[in-house]
Amino acid sequence: MAATQVVRSEWTKIRSVASTVWTLSLAAVVTIALGMLISLLSKNEFDTMSRQDRLSFDPTFISFAGMSLGQLAMIVFGVLVVSNEYSTGMIRTSLAAVPQRGTFLFSKIAVATGLAFVVALATSFVAFFLGQAMLGSHRASIGDPGVLRAVIGGGLYMTLIAVFSMGVATMLRSPMLSLGILMPFFFLISAILGNVDATKKIGRYLPDQAGNKIMQVVTPVDDDTPYGPWGGLGIMVLWVVVAVAGGYALLKKRDA
Amino acid sequence: MIEAVGLTKRYGDKTAVYNLSFQVRPGSVTGFLGPNGSGKSTTMRMILGLDNPSAGQVTIGGYPYRKLPNAPRQVGALLDAKAVHGGRHARNHLLCLAQLSGIPARRVDEVLGVVGLQDVARKRSKGFSLGMGQRLGIAAALLGDPQVLLFDEPVNGLDPEGILWVRNLMKSLAAEGRTVFVSSHLMSEMALTADHLIVIGRGQMLADMSIGDFISHNSADFARVRTPDTDPQQREKLTAALTEAGGQVLPEQDGALRVTGLPLPRISDLAHGADVRLWELSPHQASLEEAYMRMTQGAVDYRSTIDQRAGLQQELQPGMMPPQQMPVPGQGQPGWYAPPPPQQGGQPFAMPQGQPPAGPYGAPAAPGGGEPNPYAQAAPARPSAAPELTKPEDAR
Repeated sequence: MAATQVVRSEWTKIRSVASTVWTLSLAAVVTIALGMLISLLSKNEFDTMSRQDRLSFDPTFISFAGMSLGQLAMIVFGVLVVSNEYSTGMIRTSLAAVPQRGTFLFSKIAVATGLAFVVALATSFVAFFLGQAMLGSHRASIGDPGVLRAVIGGGLYMTLIAVFSMGVATMLRSPMLSLGILMPFFFLISAILGNVDATKKIGRYLPDQAGNKIMQVVTPVDDDTPYGPWGGLGIMVLWVVVAVAGGYALLKKRDA
Repeated sequence: MIEAVGLTKRYGDKTAVYNLSFQVRPGSVTGFLGPNGSGKSTTMRMILGLDNPSAGQVTIGGYPYRKLPNAPRQVGALLDAKAVHGGRHARNHLLCLAQLSGIPARRVDEVLGVVGLQDVARKRSKGFSLGMGQRLGIAAALLGDPQVLLFDEPVNGLDPEGILWVRNLMKSLAAEGRTVFVSSHLMSEMALTADHLIVIGRGQMLADMSIGDFISHNSADFARVRTPDTDPQQREKLTAALTEAGGQVLPEQDGALRVTGLPLPRISDLAHGADVRLWELSPHQASLEEAYMRMTQGAVDYRSTIDQRAGLQQELQPGMMPPQQMPVPGQGQPGWYAPPPPQQGGQPFAMPQGQPPAGPYGAPAAPGGGEPNPYAQAAPARPSAAPELTKPEDAR
């Protein structure tokens, strides 16, 4: 079975369900709108900030603030792409048609990842430019050092969040279980671990915190993170690879 | 051709399928029967490589399914009609399956026409009835014009027109030399559709034979004889005469007699000789349903009990008579579907001793079965009654 056939079929699948449009557009809208709002608030507060905060002021990163919420919609997208098959029972039909389960899974993930990347990259650029427009005189320019990397990185970050969710959903199969684990993990647990001093050192190796680093242009003053932007993204990629590999191993072994 | 050898599937310590070996041959419709939970669907999933057998193997055309080159073009399957994404419309559902095996989109419209769904092709399958879902599932199975077809309960939820259509479809697919493997609970439907039967119970093989053999091995044809209600002595006289002549007689609840082991003309002659008038003398051919029930009685996992309605029944007003309870055929009577074995010793699946059938009438014989009626000509008298049978005298 040619992988191109499976890819084309997966493309038909993904474009023919409403949840794709909903989740991806929600991810884009929330990320952009919240980014603009926080950029506007930051501009108004800049004059009252402490000196240290002004030194750490990162206009690029601030315009991506909406991603903390927008990524949740990306998680839903990633989870639904995979677990739709299980919750509907379609997985049996799919695997009966593609007995090579690796081809099936990786084609599915490839198509969903490609689509997520296009949306995420566009979102990232729009969020950057609109966010900078809100920041007024404190704005960064796309030509500044590190800014273009951060903007593209924002697209990569959101894409990787979606792929990580696909891997987890492949392992867990149930959409409710997957969302029930991923949502609180990214929205609460990771944030808590990252802000409590005792767990900070562990928290920064979590996928979202490590991946976040790629979107920073100005390093905070007291930052002692042992990895750089690409190092952080690398850590995130490792998480994603582990999740997808785990999903593949289980899918291959398990009864459908 | 589908070939299973020693196929076994265990889930934990529960054995769903044990040591199944069978062949499903091309050119005929093979029916796959068994009670709920007997392992039919598990077997089908193993054939399709969805579940891994714990032991043994199953191949299609010599290959395990997962190694089959371009499987969707060789094997089509309907496993679960509801296994579609409800938000996707019918045509896209088929299109994504077609694209998997490089089938052109034109074929999708073709099969939509074949199953009669062309008018709802762009409707979301969420709104489909069970019957429409079945049609969509059948369309998916036909998509690749495969040589091997598997259908799990294809007529569930179909209207009579749809059932007829599926029946003819199966037959014509088989007539084209394809391998057709169908599971169903509808015995009358199977009797009309299938040429060959594979019956399993509790995951084990019970029978693998042609449908005609199956019926004649697992059920008895009988004659129903009715003497005038006005004269009970006539009935006893006839019973004695028939028993003496080597027949087995079982009284039915409404006073008729169920006679096996004697051809119809002989029964008439004996009645004439005993000077007994007959109000009814009718041949009853066992249906596939009876044969099936008889065979699988010992292998049913989920058996209904009589509804006691404890605490739910209204108190009777003083002076009121409780409503008369009429037994419903088959309810709580394990022996109901077990007519006496036709041949002594020839019973591969002897049933436990059952009480004589009690009920207004025997289960109506389903049409078909393809067996010549043994009462139509003077067949040699059957061997005498099986020893474990309740004698008619005792039953009364």
